[in-house]
Amino acid sequence: MRYAMAVDTNKCVGCADCVVACQTENLVPNGYCRDWIVENVEGAYPSLDMKFQSERCNHCENAPCVRCCPTGASHIVEGGIVLVTHDECIGCGACIESCPYDARYVHPEGYVDKCTFCIHRVDKGENPACVDVCPTYCLHFGDLDDPNSEVSKAMKDRSWYVLAPEAGTNPQIYFLR
Amino acid sequence: MKTRREFIKISTAGVGAAAIGLQALKGKGFKWFPEKFSGDPVSNEDLTPYPTYCEVCFWKCAGYTYVDKKGKIRKIVGNPNDPNSNGRLCPRGTGGIGMYYDEDRLKTPLIRETRKDGSQYFRRASWDEALDKIANKMKEIKEKYGPEAFGFFHHGTPGGHLAHLMKAYGSETDAEPAYAQCRGPRSAAYYATYGSYIGSPECTDIRDTRCLVLIGSHIGENMHNTQVQEMSMAIDQKATIITVDPRFSTPAAKSKYWLPIKPSTDIALLMAWIHVLIYEDIYNKDFVKKYTFGFDQLKEHVKDMTPEWAYGITTIEPDLIRRTAREMAGHAPAVVIHPGRHVVWYGDDTQRERAMGILTGLLGAWGYRGSLYIPEAMEIPKFPQPPYPETKWNWKDLNEGRFPLATMGITTEIIRASVPKYNYKHKVKAWLSAGTNLPLSMPDKPLFKEAVQSIEFFAVIDTMPMEVTGYADVVLPEATYLERYDFIRAAQNRYPSIALRMPAVKPKYESKPAWWIVKQIGERLGLHDYFNYDDYSEVLDWQFKQVGTSLEEMKKIGVKTFPRTSGPLYLDDYENFEFNTNTGKVELYSTEFESAGFNPFPVYKPHPEPPQNFYRLIYGRAPMHTFSRTQNNHNLWDLMKQNTVWVHPSVANLWSLKNGEKVWLKNQDGALTDFSVEVRVTERIRWDSVYMVHGFGHSDKKLTRAYGRGASDEKMITHYAMDPIMGGTGMRVNFVTFLKEDPYKNKKEDKG
Repeated sequence: MRYAMAVDTNKCVGCADCVVACQTENLVPNGYCRDWIVENVEGAYPSLDMKFQSERCNHCENAPCVRCCPTGASHIVEGGIVLVTHDECIGCGACIESCPYDARYVHPEGYVDKCTFCIHRVDKGENPACVDVCPTYCLHFGDLDDPNSEVSKAMKDRSWYVLAPEAGTNPQIYFLR
Repeated sequence: MKTRREFIKISTAGVGAAAIGLQALKGKGFKWFPEKFSGDPVSNEDLTPYPTYCEVCFWKCAGYTYVDKKGKIRKIVGNPNDPNSNGRLCPRGTGGIGMYYDEDRLKTPLIRETRKDGSQYFRRASWDEALDKIANKMKEIKEKYGPEAFGFFHHGTPGGHLAHLMKAYGSETDAEPAYAQCRGPRSAAYYATYGSYIGSPECTDIRDTRCLVLIGSHIGENMHNTQVQEMSMAIDQKATIITVDPRFSTPAAKSKYWLPIKPSTDIALLMAWIHVLIYEDIYNKDFVKKYTFGFDQLKEHVKDMTPEWAYGITTIEPDLIRRTAREMAGHAPAVVIHPGRHVVWYGDDTQRERAMGILTGLLGAWGYRGSLYIPEAMEIPKFPQPPYPETKWNWKDLNEGRFPLATMGITTEIIRASVPKYNYKHKVKAWLSAGTNLPLSMPDKPLFKEAVQSIEFFAVIDTMPMEVTGYADVVLPEATYLERYDFIRAAQNRYPSIALRMPAVKPKYESKPAWWIVKQIGERLGLHDYFNYDDYSEVLDWQFKQVGTSLEEMKKIGVKTFPRTSGPLYLDDYENFEFNTNTGKVELYSTEFESAGFNPFPVYKPHPEPPQNFYRLIYGRAPMHTFSRTQNNHNLWDLMKQNTVWVHPSVANLWSLKNGEKVWLKNQDGALTDFSVEVRVTERIRWDSVYMVHGFGHSDKKLTRAYGRGASDEKMITHYAMDPIMGGTGMRVNFVTFLKEDPYKNKKEDKG
């Protein structure tokens, strides 16, 4: 099993509904976020191109944050979801420095926090909150090993890219062109 | 250690390639960490859902408020059976929870008092005292001038309750900025052309369209939920999108054709498109023959309005005009010429909307799958009450014959009629308002200030201390939509539906629902028969039972849908369809306009151009905010804290403006922004214009998060172009320039 997410950049409008849905679902304090929007503009008026990307932890197969964690708080569970055990985290910030995606932050309560793919929902067979709220239906989640999963179907016949492939992390958030 | 990254980032790979942040958060300053944000996420089974429909904007999406075992609201999620939301709320709906938790909310009734030294302040008052005061004033105004002199302004559901009270009292002197400052021209134009309104949610069949044409409309920046969802479906279906906008908007980026039009010239483009359809003989002949009136006159009218003629006006190349016209014709009738929503731009807006309606008619893009469908809404019987009293005069009489095709009150007229020097025959002496923040939604703020000083009394119902509450004599704190019963939502759609809004929690502080507030005032005025219930749930249960359900059932399901009864969704299923116009046809030639003394066909007229060193101010929406009412909501504030002024790199170069640099704006009349605003240097805007998101630059210090963040576009809109047909206030007729020095440095000025 390999959980992954596909983001259809042709459809994303950058509204940040994913951000606020995550914040309310996961009690992320204001001023912090587990997912965010990037706007990319290219060209000069009037020959322009623009894409929005909804970004979050890439739940890397080769996760530098897990490798560098001195206490073992950062770990990978079944399905490849990268998690932080809050009680074991000492807030040293090594994982934050190691992450090429800037996906982690120190929670005001002292531990490092980030996207969990809403594992409390996924365990019950539901989608992450960001996926279920998206008004453009641009987020697709599921098991890449299952050809019938939403994410596999969304990626079929589509070209995609990942962020910072040069980091060798084998990230699991795929951006559909 | 690095600081946390901001939510919304921009990395520009074009000119000036540095990555810039839309928001300058970067871990600095204020972090809000209330008690509700601690603990672990809980699964839905441990939460209790209460049906509601959203009040953060006018789309009114239905959903559920989820409350945990401690009685705290945890989240709001869409109702999957709701045709407006399909189970997915927009960021504002998801973040609507912040309206409830906002610690800056109005907490108690307030009454304005004057100290011995003349300075004024608000004093906390009891509900009885505040309600008595309003009721006594209403009696006094009625005796002195008649109830008609008590004008009222409204929006949304609280506005509906207020309207009920005021009509029972005897006033129809009302207006909402949602008409003359927003969609009014569309209503007048489509009613004249098709004999029906576009309505809300708009009856646009975007889901099944083959070609979506957006003229200054920006789906995805406005989060009109169903339309955003359906545009996504249209993208999946590889529909062609054509966007006409001087700004590279979000939908422009998703379009096959983006027409970067010179602002104020849209009518010329529309007439050229009409010319191409007719003179290339590619219009929908069956539809035109069967359903339309005035084709021959139209053909003659547009004879010389060629793409070459339009090129010199619009700066859109003739070839692009032809290609896009052909593209529309190729997809007809499955084309949506989107009528837009906020359409008061240049004062000839009803005629521009007419041109869009005519274009729609030539494509036959009305009443077919993928064009405009024929909507249906549920009729909800009125709870038993006596008829409203006759009024001696109303909003229409107040206009004294001007703006003959207006179908609702015109806000600026009611405000002007409140100023003695304008010498209106019918004078307005007092105001009540609910759900609308006039100083930040109306053009010509000096006029508003003059009027509010002239009236004898002003009371405001709202959930938040807004700029408008600062001008009131009495302020009443309204419960948020998550804490109250309200009207049944019976919005139009492809099929009728109804939705329940019920309280998920008790009202915070001393706030009360609007239905309760107006009932208390009504009882004091001896209008009990109009408020013959103790709790609004009695009204709802009665009404639900009339349409075959009950409050009990609706509390479980939230939304109920019904089969259509008015007739089919599309024209091809009708044997004979008569349009509700004078001729029974789609009026390409408008007999209604002609008899009201207006040109039966749209004509392009040049509009004033920016003076040297000034730029046309264009304003719009951001997906995470609604008007000027959400900037203090901590969830939505967190997503976007301030607006920026968009400036083309060539203009930035000329003025030596850097990204993120703070400037003040000054308009052609010398009006200044209250606060500085950050420059966003971007290729997404034309060099002759600047752009700002509307609703920022709050000057009320009681809004602790929103105060002083960004600049108010409305403050720059001192000038407006009045639409003679229906009274719309065209607001894209203002020009601004940049001030790099703080204009308030050496003087103390009254801001706001």
